[in-house]
Amino acid sequence: MSELRTLQSPYGLVGRDAKPRRWATLDLYPPFRLTVLLLVAAIVLLPLLATAFGGFKEVGELRTNPLGLPHVWHWENYWAILSGARYWQVLGNSLIVAAATVALTLGLSSMAAFAFAHLRFFGEQFLLTYLTLGLMFPAAAAILPLFIQVRDLGLLDSYTGVVLPQVAFSLAMATLLLRNGFRQLPSELLDAARIDGCGYIRYFLYITLPLSRPILSTVGIIAFVGSWNNYLVPLILLNSTALYPWPLGLMDYQGQYSTAWQLVLAFITLTILPAIVIFVAAQRWMVAGLTAGAVKG
Amino acid sequence: MLVTAAVFVPPAVLLFTLFVVVPMGEAARYSFYNWNGYGVPKAFIGVKNYLQLFANATFRQAALNNLLIIVASIGIQLPLALGMALLLARREIGSVAFRMIFFLPYILADVAAGLIFRFIFDGDYGPVSSLAQQLGFGPLYMLAAPGTAFTALIIVIVWKYFGFHMMLYIAGLQGIDRSLYEAATMDGAKARQRFWHVTLPQLAPMLKLSVFFSIIGALQLFDMVIPLTGGGPFDQTHTMVSFLYSFGMGRMRIGFGSAVGVVLFAVSVLFAFGYQRLLMRHE
Repeated sequence: MSELRTLQSPYGLVGRDAKPRRWATLDLYPPFRLTVLLLVAAIVLLPLLATAFGGFKEVGELRTNPLGLPHVWHWENYWAILSGARYWQVLGNSLIVAAATVALTLGLSSMAAFAFAHLRFFGEQFLLTYLTLGLMFPAAAAILPLFIQVRDLGLLDSYTGVVLPQVAFSLAMATLLLRNGFRQLPSELLDAARIDGCGYIRYFLYITLPLSRPILSTVGIIAFVGSWNNYLVPLILLNSTALYPWPLGLMDYQGQYSTAWQLVLAFITLTILPAIVIFVAAQRWMVAGLTAGAVKG
Repeated sequence: MLVTAAVFVPPAVLLFTLFVVVPMGEAARYSFYNWNGYGVPKAFIGVKNYLQLFANATFRQAALNNLLIIVASIGIQLPLALGMALLLARREIGSVAFRMIFFLPYILADVAAGLIFRFIFDGDYGPVSSLAQQLGFGPLYMLAAPGTAFTALIIVIVWKYFGFHMMLYIAGLQGIDRSLYEAATMDGAKARQRFWHVTLPQLAPMLKLSVFFSIIGALQLFDMVIPLTGGGPFDQTHTMVSFLYSFGMGRMRIGFGSAVGVVLFAVSVLFAFGYQRLLMRHE
């Protein structure tokens, strides 16, 4: 995977393209092109809009007016959720777990990646291949023994018990991405720093890390989104609803109010809202991070 | 140098070993036991878990579903993503907005996407059923019959993931050297010929990568299945992972569930190695 072709400029995906490649595209009659695009956009957006608007309707109106705007806007569905503790608690839990996962992933993988990029040591190639194994199989394959392992360590039903496995699963990809990123820094920098008597650790802290902000943010975004959306790991490892991150909280809420779709729809809308807001505010970074990360891995 | 390496490498390797490698090894061991997870595994039963697994109709259906999802990803999602990429690769007014809209579902959690479509396809309150009724048909309980429920699952997968693959293709298209098209045009190649003889071969590495992601993603599909169908009706819409969860974790059959995990591991690793050997060796 590490040898795969990379995007020349991940930021070229959105916004300004470096050079318009006009022949590489499909030339349709413009109104037809627009019709196709609008149709696909409608199919993408309608389920989301039906969900958001559904949260403002009474349950009967979901049937009579499935896709339209609500006749009467019932804000109380949303207010009931926003004024309760449950919504904020599940978002808070997700934020704590995701922040800890990102911090630990970045810390551990950047150190390992630095060693793999710049240091020669016994077993280097073996250890790198060993970590790459983590890209080969889905986390779910070992989920039952993971449960046993975390239970035996006494970490079941705790933030730590969720964070550590999540970090472990994201380490392989993170280390490979960062190693490739660190290697692209000019090697003269390291030579010069060594001659001036700068140690590896200081070089790592004051030169490598600050110069690698783009790739660090890519890895951070991938780890954050992965943790924020994770369902299986917390599902297996948590029992207390008080610790539930939002995907578990959402399923729990749905289980409780399964007949009151308007409430469930409002809850879905509110739980996916942070992701949508951040996506709209930082599209460039999100797209670049999530796709470049996948490609460069 | 060695001291730095001795400090920098072990934390990552240890954590990885403890929570990824050891559990996978343990899965292989547990899979030979009949064990409910309490105490230590004692009842060694050889390959009985595997025999049971392969004889299990629900598991076979789940594995078949994984395969069908792969087929649908390649047969439906890939052409759709490629078509949209061809329409949007060029810098034009509105292109960026459309790209963002198509990419949007990808950032949502599978759980949320699954639950949204559980509503969309709900026979009593969902829009699809309501529209069918307004058009004079009866209510449509798509999630209540295995065939339509599985179709619904495919629709949600395509809905959520085509935008991601589209972005890969756009990146690939933008990386194609424009002079190739100029040369082809000078040699008299028509648009269709340019597509088949320039665009597709040039895009091949990205297509291979996108198929790789589709297959890996299909093999681990779980989050979406649970809220959408829960594996039902009649346990006909499971994937291997949702089968593992429902029949291993749900009933605390750690040995049996671990056997599912080992099969999943074997399939994934064989596929990943084989695919890279056969198709991606030049990159």
